[in-house]
Amino acid sequence: MPINNDDVEKIAHLARLGISPDRLETYTKNLSGILELVEQMNEVDTSGVAPMAHPRDTKLRLRDDVVSEHNERDKFIKLAPASENGLFLVPKVLD
Amino acid sequence: MEWETVIGLEIHAQLKTKSKIFSGAATAYGAEPNTQACAVDLALPGVLPVMNRDAARMAVKFGLAIGAKINQTSIFDRKNYFYPDLPKGYQISQLQLPIVGEGSITINVNGEKKTIGITRAHLEEDAGKSLHEDFHGMTGIDLNRAGTPLIEIVSEPDMRSATEAVAYLKSIHSLVRYLDICDGNMQEGSFRCDANVSIRPRSQEEYGTRTELKNINSFRFVEKAIEFEVERQIDILESGGRVVQETRLYDSDKNETRSMRSKEEANDYRYFPDPDLPQMVLEDWFIDAIRAELPELPGARRERFISDYELSDYDAETLTTSKELADYYEQAVAILPSQPKLIANWVNGELSAGLNRNAIRITESPVTATMLGQLLTRIDDNTISGKIAKEVFEAIWRGEGNADEIIEKCSLKQISDNSTIEPVIDEILSNNPNQIEQYKAGNGKLLGFFVGQVMKATQGKANPKQVNELLRKKLDT
Repeated sequence: MPINNDDVEKIAHLARLGISPDRLETYTKNLSGILELVEQMNEVDTSGVAPMAHPRDTKLRLRDDVVSEHNERDKFIKLAPASENGLFLVPKVLD
Repeated sequence: MEWETVIGLEIHAQLKTKSKIFSGAATAYGAEPNTQACAVDLALPGVLPVMNRDAARMAVKFGLAIGAKINQTSIFDRKNYFYPDLPKGYQISQLQLPIVGEGSITINVNGEKKTIGITRAHLEEDAGKSLHEDFHGMTGIDLNRAGTPLIEIVSEPDMRSATEAVAYLKSIHSLVRYLDICDGNMQEGSFRCDANVSIRPRSQEEYGTRTELKNINSFRFVEKAIEFEVERQIDILESGGRVVQETRLYDSDKNETRSMRSKEEANDYRYFPDPDLPQMVLEDWFIDAIRAELPELPGARRERFISDYELSDYDAETLTTSKELADYYEQAVAILPSQPKLIANWVNGELSAGLNRNAIRITESPVTATMLGQLLTRIDDNTISGKIAKEVFEAIWRGEGNADEIIEKCSLKQISDNSTIEPVIDEILSNNPNQIEQYKAGNGKLLGFFVGQVMKATQGKANPKQVNELLRKKLDT
């Protein structure tokens, strides 16, 4: 298998996902299956084909530099579990 | 062992757009917390980013100014990491295909030119701010800055000293302000810099292990942080240790760098193309229009000042650091075209000193370029001496009128009439027989004493050149 349980735990941690230990084996198997499929695709010679960043062949729409959004702090801050003096409060982060 | 320092800089410049890079919220500095953070900046469910055209325009402008390849197709990627001031859990940035490719800039260090390579410059969004003051054991989050457009300018490891790094940083700083794409305010964080520093034995080609210095928010600190870090690395290597690749924080109070608590797996950003943003394609006409409006760049202007006005490297460099200062200088020169050097001395001297003393910008100077030009015209036509001109300058600064009005009002006109100066000289000579004797005995320095006395007696108004000539004539015959 391309990845093991440790890899899955690491990825889950980076994505801040909690995985119950009894599901770990299943995730490892399923994710490995996807990677095996990718490995099969890797066998196709794609030299000379430009990498594709997006499946849709469309261009980014650009907007004018205009301030169109206004202060809605009171509404937004009500959504937060904790706030003070207009600041969102989160558990202490150390840096 | 002789060590060589190798430095590369990553500069983050906030672009001067009115609205954010992917949302319509305002970017103005100093607003009340979270009053300029809209649903997109807050990453509420269902929102989508829409790219600001002016952010692209400003990045292209920078690219053209450093002679870089502009990637007319570029891609936005997600840089994933968890931090509370980044509500989406990823920063939209550009990894594989940045808008600006390879370019370069020429710096001037002690009169020597050196070209510094610029690897790339890419567009990205700024994060919010975490306030770590104690909120009952919690951290405060202000997302006003979240989504402010940045260009990150990445240099090649081409600098070999802290001095070169500062010169490069200053050149980029001056350039972004000339281009009017960034206000360059380092205190407010709109122009920031990280430095990658390593050392190697002078003969070695391979680079040493580098550390990344963060949190350097002034030109002086860049120099000090790098100097400290180089010494630290030399000490480690010379005592048989090895440098660890890590991020270090510069502490300006203690003047030292220290290891940042390494964020766990901080470098595993799992970049991938942002599915919300298709590729950005910039048409030829878009690029050509930007090229057509490029101003004269600081390097070119400096060279022109040297050749057209016969200024020294130093004068030309100082006068072209900001577009406003260079414009001021040229406006004054337009009034008195015969004296570019005199004007340079005054702009770099009295005027700069006055601006520094009052902590104001050139655009706020109470003495306008026209006023300075008029004042210096009166030195040039011998109406007043340089010394009196300084008094007049102060009076103009205080708002007492223009040069001619002040000269008239305070009767400061220079006395250039021998019949007025001679009697003063005669009186001073007759009052100081001892000094005359000493002078005649060979103490030539006393000429200065007599000049001083005459100037004092005329309240500084006598033409010093004439005073000198007349004194010599009388004393030496």
